[in-house]
Amino acid sequence: MKSIKTLIALVALSGLASGVALAQSHEREIPPRVTWSFSGPFGAYDETQLQRGFKVFHEVCSNCHSMSKVAFRTLAEKGGPGFTPEQVTALAATYKVKDGPNDAGDMFDRPARPADFWPSPFPNKQAAAAANGGAAPPDFSVIAKARTYERGFPWFVFDIFTQYQEQGVDYIAALLPGYEEAPAGEVVPAGKYYNKYFPGNIIAMPPPLQDGAVTYLKDADGKPQAPETVQQYAKDVSAFLMWAAEPHMEQRKEIAFRALVFLLVFAGLLYFAKRKIWANVEGHA
Amino acid sequence: MSGHSTYVPKSAVGKWFESRLPIMGLIHSSFVVFPNPRNLNYFWTFGGILAFMLVAQIITGVVLAMHYTAHADMAFNSVELIMRDVNYGWMLRYLHANGASMFFIAVYVHIFRGLYYGSYKAPREILWILGVIIFLLMMATAFMGYVLPWGQMSFWGATVITNLFSAIPGVGEVIVSYLWGGYSVSNPTLNRFFSLHYLLPFMIAGVVALHIWALHVPGSNNPTGIEKKTDKDVLPFHPYFTVKDAFALSCFLMVYVWFAFYIPNFLGHADNYIEANAAVTPSHIVPEWYFLPFYAILRAIPDKLLGVLAMFGSIAIMVVVPWLDSSKIRSGNYRPVFQIFFWLFAINAVILGWLGSKPPEGWYVIASRISTVYYFAYYILVLPLLGLFETPKSMPASIADSVLGKGGSGSAMASGAASSPSTKG
Repeated sequence: MKSIKTLIALVALSGLASGVALAQSHEREIPPRVTWSFSGPFGAYDETQLQRGFKVFHEVCSNCHSMSKVAFRTLAEKGGPGFTPEQVTALAATYKVKDGPNDAGDMFDRPARPADFWPSPFPNKQAAAAANGGAAPPDFSVIAKARTYERGFPWFVFDIFTQYQEQGVDYIAALLPGYEEAPAGEVVPAGKYYNKYFPGNIIAMPPPLQDGAVTYLKDADGKPQAPETVQQYAKDVSAFLMWAAEPHMEQRKEIAFRALVFLLVFAGLLYFAKRKIWANVEGHA
Repeated sequence: MSGHSTYVPKSAVGKWFESRLPIMGLIHSSFVVFPNPRNLNYFWTFGGILAFMLVAQIITGVVLAMHYTAHADMAFNSVELIMRDVNYGWMLRYLHANGASMFFIAVYVHIFRGLYYGSYKAPREILWILGVIIFLLMMATAFMGYVLPWGQMSFWGATVITNLFSAIPGVGEVIVSYLWGGYSVSNPTLNRFFSLHYLLPFMIAGVVALHIWALHVPGSNNPTGIEKKTDKDVLPFHPYFTVKDAFALSCFLMVYVWFAFYIPNFLGHADNYIEANAAVTPSHIVPEWYFLPFYAILRAIPDKLLGVLAMFGSIAIMVVVPWLDSSKIRSGNYRPVFQIFFWLFAINAVILGWLGSKPPEGWYVIASRISTVYYFAYYILVLPLLGLFETPKSMPASIADSVLGKGGSGSAMASGAASSPSTKG
């Protein structure tokens, strides 16, 4: 839980608090840091990775998880997986959505269009819960921003400067392959699983990925673009979920850089203007 | 020494208008020729920064309100639509959400500057109290704004904070049901919070106008705490302080851009990207960072009513600070013992903030209590008593003397070379 976040903490609170932070025990394992193409001030999504991640989502995750705030059309938008509009239209057409009422007053099914939002696998939350052992699978639209783990002091202060903000995707990428045998003494209820990264360790979702379950596109030499392993699937689908949660990230970081360069130059000019104006005032620089 | 209007309209239209509504003269005397102490340091630029942030929040907020739907079933989704489909909607929202934090960073610097340099002392008591009212309105506005995305932390934060009012004997339950518009935080709550969130910033703007009005009667305090006496002590607001404030604002905006564009969710909570759900309580309900010190005070006290009183009292006590501080010396620069207590107070406030983010268990509770005691002791014991015992350092005779290196000499001989301000620029 990254919660304090006060800038004021930069000023003080050093010795005392760091001792406390170290003394704290973590009940769950810290997800390892993944090197993401989209981290840092110039980070950008890797199109081919997003396409692979989409394939994992499409063939595996979307059987249970909704992604209701993402529209098909966005898959072809700039800064995303880079599908062509034709691909997106063809993909959408494979889904049925309810529309209506028509002139006769009837609701009807029609093939989805790019403008439609991603259809949910279950008609409602209750149906989703009933089909999944009582726990409705969470929606994926913003899940990469809705998950995190506690950084603690002083790391959360450093994160301001290093811009580390991939706690959510790191967690998802660790969670998906994070299933293992429960340690001795830990009781796992029937229908539940043990995952070392999940808060409380007992998770309702069965291990979703197996090696080779999703076939990746082949390179020119006939080899898959990336290893068809659980680890790789997890990373790719996590990257895709980051895009789904933050589709305008690339544009945002581009604007950030331009705005900072502008402000730096502008502040510089103002600084020298200030020095010039104050130069005649005795006792001031 | 408030600015006397020397404004003379140049055009015929200007003369015609000025004789009917002398607003240009008012602006001219307030923000152009207004005499400011020449020795103001960069801590005095935060007033201008705050004015900028208020305007920025209102502009981004008004546009966001054009796209937002204040309904419990649609609010979360409408925020996502803003983030995804409204042109530059993500920018508006991130600027607005992080703008609130920047607003509070600036206001805390502003408040601590006032506390250190004794800006609350006569004749600036009303100015200070208006500032406390603005601070309270800001807190209410920010709290209600955080409810609007209708995420888990919005919902549960609103539940915890509105429930505090139920501690008030007799009328507590009634107040809470009026806040909720029902029997729990629900759609009517969201609707009225949205309405108030839109209203309060304009009330802030009104009190800010009074704040600036009250400021312009005695003029700004300054690092020496000595009132301006002659023209040698002052410089006109423009260009000297306009350019200085503009430079400081540009630097501040770089921090703002860093947060809003590079790490826009750093100051938020991941849980708020989960839609509000009355059936699932988050494991930790934590307010936004700028409320954490007050939240720590609330939880430090085992009794609910007393905790609520302590929390509101921790802000209300600032109203009487001008009368609690017994020192004749205004500026902390000349109060060596005060400085120690002041910086302890500042560090203590940060520690309170950190404790507010921790679960109320174990030694965190004990630390919170110690910190809370010091928080109040600073106001109730240190400020009243210190002025009676402390021996201040020797002070310069005037602002000009302090700038021109005659500090402490007591010499009244002002340098003839001190520029005549109105001819500069």
